[in-house]
This record gives sequence, C-alpha cells and structure tokens, in this order.
Amino acid sequence: MLEGDVAHRDTFPKLLALNARRFGARPAFRHKDRGIWRSWSWTETEREVRAYALGLLRLGLRRGDAFAILGNNRPKLYWSFTAAQWLGAIPVPLYADAIADEIGYVLAHAEARLAAAQDQEQVDKIIAVAERVPGLARVVYDEPRGMRDYDHTRLVAIDDIIAEGRRALAADPSLDAWLDAELAKGGAGDVCVILYTSGTTGRPKGVEIGSGRAIAAAANSVAFDRLDERDEVLAYLPLAWAGDHYLTYAQSLVAGYCVSCPESPETVAENLREIGPTYYFGPPRVFETLLTATTVRIADASAMKRTLYRYFMAVARRYGERILNREPVPPGARLLYALGRLLVYGPLMNALGFSRVRVAYTAGEAIGPDLFRFFRALGMNLKQFYGQTEAFILLTSQADRDVRADTVGPVVADVEVRIAADGEVLYKSASQFLGYLKDAERTAEAMTGDGYVRTGDAGFFDAAGHLHIIDRAKDVGRLRGGALFAPKYIENKLKFFPNIREAVAFGDGRDFVTCFLNIDLTAVADWAERNGVTYGSYQELAGHDRVIALLAEHVRAVNRDLAAEEATAGAQIRRFLVLHKELDADDGELTRTQKVRRRFIAERYARLVDALYDGSETVDVETEVMFEDGRKGTIAARVKIHDMASGAARAERAAA
Amino acid sequence: MTEAAGHVAAGETLLAVERISLRFGGVTALNDVSFDIRRGEIRAIIGPNGAGKTSMLNVINGFYHPQRGAIRFHGENLARMNPGFAARSGIARTFQNVALFRGMTTLDNLMAGRALKMKRGLFWQLLRHGPALDEEIAHRRVVEDIIDFLEIEAIRRVPVGRLPYGLQKRVELGRALAMEPELLLLDEPMTGMNLEEKEDMCRFILEVNSQFGTTIALIEHDMGVVMDLSSRVVVLDYGRKIADDVPDAVKQDPAVIAAYLGVAG
Repeated sequence: MLEGDVAHRDTFPKLLALNARRFGARPAFRHKDRGIWRSWSWTETEREVRAYALGLLRLGLRRGDAFAILGNNRPKLYWSFTAAQWLGAIPVPLYADAIADEIGYVLAHAEARLAAAQDQEQVDKIIAVAERVPGLARVVYDEPRGMRDYDHTRLVAIDDIIAEGRRALAADPSLDAWLDAELAKGGAGDVCVILYTSGTTGRPKGVEIGSGRAIAAAANSVAFDRLDERDEVLAYLPLAWAGDHYLTYAQSLVAGYCVSCPESPETVAENLREIGPTYYFGPPRVFETLLTATTVRIADASAMKRTLYRYFMAVARRYGERILNREPVPPGARLLYALGRLLVYGPLMNALGFSRVRVAYTAGEAIGPDLFRFFRALGMNLKQFYGQTEAFILLTSQADRDVRADTVGPVVADVEVRIAADGEVLYKSASQFLGYLKDAERTAEAMTGDGYVRTGDAGFFDAAGHLHIIDRAKDVGRLRGGALFAPKYIENKLKFFPNIREAVAFGDGRDFVTCFLNIDLTAVADWAERNGVTYGSYQELAGHDRVIALLAEHVRAVNRDLAAEEATAGAQIRRFLVLHKELDADDGELTRTQKVRRRFIAERYARLVDALYDGSETVDVETEVMFEDGRKGTIAARVKIHDMASGAARAERAAA
Repeated sequence: MTEAAGHVAAGETLLAVERISLRFGGVTALNDVSFDIRRGEIRAIIGPNGAGKTSMLNVINGFYHPQRGAIRFHGENLARMNPGFAARSGIARTFQNVALFRGMTTLDNLMAGRALKMKRGLFWQLLRHGPALDEEIAHRRVVEDIIDFLEIEAIRRVPVGRLPYGLQKRVELGRALAMEPELLLLDEPMTGMNLEEKEDMCRFILEVNSQFGTTIALIEHDMGVVMDLSSRVVVLDYGRKIADDVPDAVKQDPAVIAAYLGVAG
C-alpha cells in the first residue's frame, strides 16, 4: 500500500510531504549537539523545510538555480537539499575536505546562486573563491561560532532563514498554498541533484541525476532489503559522495527511516554505539580498522578472555556463516554458537555499535575474504554491491543468504549489464544519469554506440550469475594464448594472505603469468620465530627455502581460486620469486599511496622478469637503493625462482 | 587583532599591581613591578627565563604573598590576594605544567570547574533528585557549551591522563572557562604544542576574548603568538619591568632586544 503511494511521488520534497502524513510523529532526523540527541519528527522536518524553502526564495533562489552544499552530515544541510528541490533548484553537494581551489571550480562550473556551509571553516573557503563565482548571491551557514565579526551583508544563518520563513508563513497564510503549488510544479524529469565525481584525470564532472529515476531506484533497493520507517542509520559518509546521497537521503525519504547525524566526525564510533543503526554501510578499510582494533584489544585482555575469544571465534568461523545463511548445522553447533553469542559475539558487536544491524554493505574496492567472513561469522549480515555515481549507484547487489566474499552479486532490478569483448562492464539502467553538466563531449565518451554506459571496470559473470570485478578495464591485458590477464585481481588475491605484503603480477602478451612477492616482515618473522627458522636479515629471511615453500602454498591456493572460474582459469601463476628487498616509495617502486608501479618495477627488475620467463632457477641481481637519509647503496642477491608447474598442471586439469 | 588593541586602549582598569616586590630568602623574584590590566584586553607578560613571569601570575591569584606592594581589583585595594578569594571573585587560571585531575574524564574535570558555583549542600547532593539534580543539569549545560566551543566532544569521556599534551592544555582552558571568569590567567598556554595546535589555541583565546568579553593575561614564549594576540605587553627581566607598551613598540624597544639577545644593556 505504501509502495504504491511512493511510486506516485516523483520528487523528494513530495516524499517529505508524504512522510509527514504517513509517519507524522516518527523521528526523521537526529543530531547530537551539546551532548544531547535532539530529534525532529517527519512533521517537524516538513515544517522546517517549508519555512526554509520560503526563506531561500526570498534570498533569490529560483527554479533551475544551483545551490552548493558544503559540510559534514548535519540535519540542516540535508534539509538544504530538500528545501532547494522544493523550489525546483538543484542541490550540488561538495566534499567537506575539499580545498578552496576545487570548491571554486565546482561553484563556478555549476554557476551556484547560493551556497550552504556548515561552519566558519567552510565559509572561509567559499569567501576565498567568491570572486570566481560572479553569480553567487549569498552564503548561508549552520554554525554561527566565530563569525560574529564577519561581513554579514552576504552571510545568513540557516536558523535565521527558517525563522524568517516561519514568520512570513504566519503573517500570510496564502504562502502555504503557494508552497503547495510550487511543490506540485516539480516532476520526474527534474534534475534533483548534481554529484561531482573526481575523475582520475581532468576536472571533476558534474553528474546530473533525474528525480523520478532516483526515486524509482531507491524504491527498488528499499524493497530489496525490506527497509522501512523503523530502520536507523548513522550519517557519517561525505555528503557529496553518491553513496551517502543514496543511503541517507534518497532511501531514507523513500523508506521513512530516521537519519542520525553524529556530533562531530571524531565521535562517529561513539555515536554509532549510542544509535545502534539497523542499516549500515562501511568501505572495506573501515571494517579493517575495526578488526585491527578488536585484535589489539583482545591481545591486551586477560588470559581467560583471550581463550574464550579464540575458542568461540573458531566456532564462529566454522558455523557462523552457515547459521546466517540458514543452512543446516548440527544441533550441538547451534547450541555452541548461541553460547558464543552470549559470551563473545554479542558483547563484541555491541562494543562496535553493530548489535542491531540487520543489513550491512561494503563496496568501493575488493575486501579481503578473511575480513569479510570475520564479520559474517559474528552474525552480521554483511553484503557487497557494485555501483557507480552515473548509474545512481546500484548495478549489482547481493541478496540475503546469497553472499560471497569475491563477488559483488547479481544484477539488480531495472538494470541490464553486458560484458564487452575486452572485459569491460557496460550497463543500461533505469536510474542512470541524464548527462554530465555542460559537457556533452565527455557524456558521449561515457556511452557506447548502442546506448550502454561504460564503467571503466573489467569483470565477468560466474555460473551463479554473480558479477566479479577484477580490475580497471585499461589495466587488463591478455596472455599470448588469449586468456584474460587482470594483474590487480591476482595481486589482491595474493595480498589477502597476511604473509604477503606486496605482489606484482606479469603476463600481458606473455605465455603465462608470473609474479614477484614481497614478504610481510612482521607476519613472516612471527612465523619464523614459531617455526624455528633463523635468519640474519630481511634478505636472508626472504630467500629462505622454508619461507619460499610457505609462500608457494599461498600461490597454490590462489591458483585453485583462479582455476575455479572459467574466465580466470588461464591466468594461473606458473612461476614466482620472492624479492630480496621491500618495494619502497622512496625507490619509486610504489606510489605515495602505496600502490605498485607495475611498469616501473618491470623495467627496474628486467633481469628478474626475464629469468621468470627463460626457465632459469636462480638469478643474480644488484639493485640500487635509496636510504632514508638520501644516501644511495646497492644490494646484491641471488634470487631463487619457484616453479609451480606441477601444481598448475593439476589445477588446469581440475578446471577442464 | 589590531582592532582589539584599539578598542581596549581606553578601557577601565580591572586589576592593577602596584609596586610589587617578592623575595624568596635572598632571591628577589619581583622588584617594584607595577602595571594594570584593562577590562576586555589581552595582556601579555613576557621575558626571558627566570624573569619572574609565573611569580607575577602567582601574586595576582594569591599563591604568593609579596613583601611589598598592593593589588587593586575592581577598584578595591588588597594588601594581598588569596587563591580562594581570587577564584570567587572571578579570576581563573591555567598552569605551565597542566594541573588537571588525571584520572578523571574531561567532562568531570570541567564539572569540577563549576564546583564553586554549586550551591546545594551535601544533603541534596546525596539525595540525587530534586534541586541538586536541577542544579547539576544547569551546570552540565554550561559545560557542554564549553565542550562544543573547544571542539572536544570526542574526548568527553576519556580520562585526561590518557590525552596528548596539547589536548590536556585545551581541557585545562576549558576548566578555567567553566568558572566563567572575568579575568583569565594563562601560563604558557602553547608550550609543547605543534603548529596546528598552537593555531587552534590562538583561535580559542581570541574567541574567548571577543565572544565572552573575558579579560585575559597570558605568559607566552612564542613571540609571534604574543604579537598577534595581545593588545599590550609587559616585559620583565630579572624581576624588573623593563617595558610596557603595545606589541609593535615593545618589539622595537632596545632594552627588550638587549634582554632577549643577552647583550649588555
């Protein structure tokens, strides 16, 4: 019944008005301020937004104007979206940590008429670039602190705008009817938001999202996960990121759930515990940080707690996911798991603020299978999706109980995905963008001749219909035999082993795949200590036969994984070597963000690469290194090459 | 900042020290020092190590009792100050080496700063309901405003002993602010801070001064900070006052340059 109602609402302000009627006194927003959670019901939110919209009209905001929004997750900034949309203006969110120059570009490119800023810091950045944006009439702000001495001819507090709007409404009741008429003018074809994406090259592009399409997409995903007005989220992701706009704006207005805004970006973990969200999104690195923090705290705990944790985590790893997937498990295991939940999993999830999480997602980059399974084993319904700003997010998404660590799930409703001949993922979606703002050329570049949108990512579908994303399409090569070679996909699989710090895969235009490995000194040294392996230096440890044998086991496991999929079976690692030195940004081998520079490494270690392909068993190498104080030196080493031939042959047979 | 210097120049005197001399046995810490602090200004006290700056603050809030001289506060002549009286009459301070309750949380430290303003006795406090609770809520509200002002929400529940030094200094400023002082004495508020923390602290000091109208006297070594913040500067050297003027004039003063560079004057 409700969904039918939603389907008839084609703009977000119309959904707000609908929610005020259907959910009335239920909370729509919460914000922790001065140590206290304040909340606004849907009715109150609608009242505030109506007054805000009227105030913005008086400041000169008109249909089609751009309204820039800059700051962290605050109710008043979220209201800025709806108030602008109410008038038919277009909100343009910006990243709170953007520097003034980037802000200047976007404000000028979008021709912002007004800008909403969270606080003094953001106002300062806008003022710094104001002369580049001639059309910018006013800056409105949320937090007045520190702005007493500012020139207030062009600055207005959002509170004052809302108060002004409220006064006008009280004085002139006909304005209510005017607001209703203004609301009715909005339609499915409106641009509801422009989301700027920071492309890897060139200036950011303004992705125009259509109102009706965005709501239809959000309604699909809300139904998919059965989200409703009783759900809770904590808004902590950047406002300008399409994911946040989807999760905390579009889906909230469709489903009617409450959005809680943290006190400050530093208090997110604490606020998470207080709110106990039922619906949660975190990029892989957030989960990684949580796991590390947990591991460290357990290591510091008393011996009994450590034993309990170790025992019950083993139980969870064995049965947790199967119980989550409602697969049959022995009754004894179920009992043990219930005990574990009482003693370990429950308290741990509570400490992380995840006690009530019903649906959780991660996306953005590949997540390590161990990390992913850790949270699932604890009973968290963590899933993956794959999407793009241009698609207004979802292309594929995993359903409950159909979850795998290495896929991003099957295609979602109203989306069609095709894999191009070169492996690139292409799609047509009912919610896809209308175009890049003022950039027909790059809009055309993003499309194929037959109307599909390019993702720039390479991937393949497995037998179960799940999509695997393997690499950026431009980095994917082919072996001489024609098999797909996705270096990052292979490297990531290797790096998920704690003993492997870095991996560099070769194979484009070659007969088979080979790779360099770097040991993780901390993990391997720990292993060496426990296994009685003695060594005098990094180089000696890295070249130790038992270490090489240990890594060969990992490579074998990766090969087994690769062999399991038709698309990757041909790209198994045939030979590898363990590098005698750690790849280092100081030597130009890694970027400053710790990504391997594959081409540079291939040139620098050309002798090693040749040795991988010419069948030799050892190779002598001398490498120039840069010390931290800037001096240069050389490292000479004899590097052994390990042949996986027998293992690979077995795996190939298994695949065939 | 220069604007601040302008509007206080003519302000009324809030506190004045007159001909203060302080000796510890044979050591003369302060020798015949006089100066005044005007309402609403930021007054800096500078000088080389051992010049008597901290002794001067200790005299002002009554930790030390000078052998000679007087203090005039709110127009009243006092032969000597004492710390309790100073606190009750609106003088709060922070210390060179952070003096917080290390085992207590940030919040509790700030609430401790409100202790003087809590009127309900032990009876009501033990009852935990009624007027003592109302009073506590009112005080908590003030403390929460300070937490918001100093941007320390994230450490509200953290014992201060676990905080980095720069944050401890911020908490200490918060505790002093919790007293809603008329005169705030800051003893080297920026020592041990990195550049970013210093900038934050400067911002807070300026905002305390401009938003709440609090008069501030501060000791500081970082000359850049002193020149940026203060409206007038007193320079001490070996317990004597050698200069007292606006920052730009003090910077040019040959006696000050000599004292700082160690050139025989």
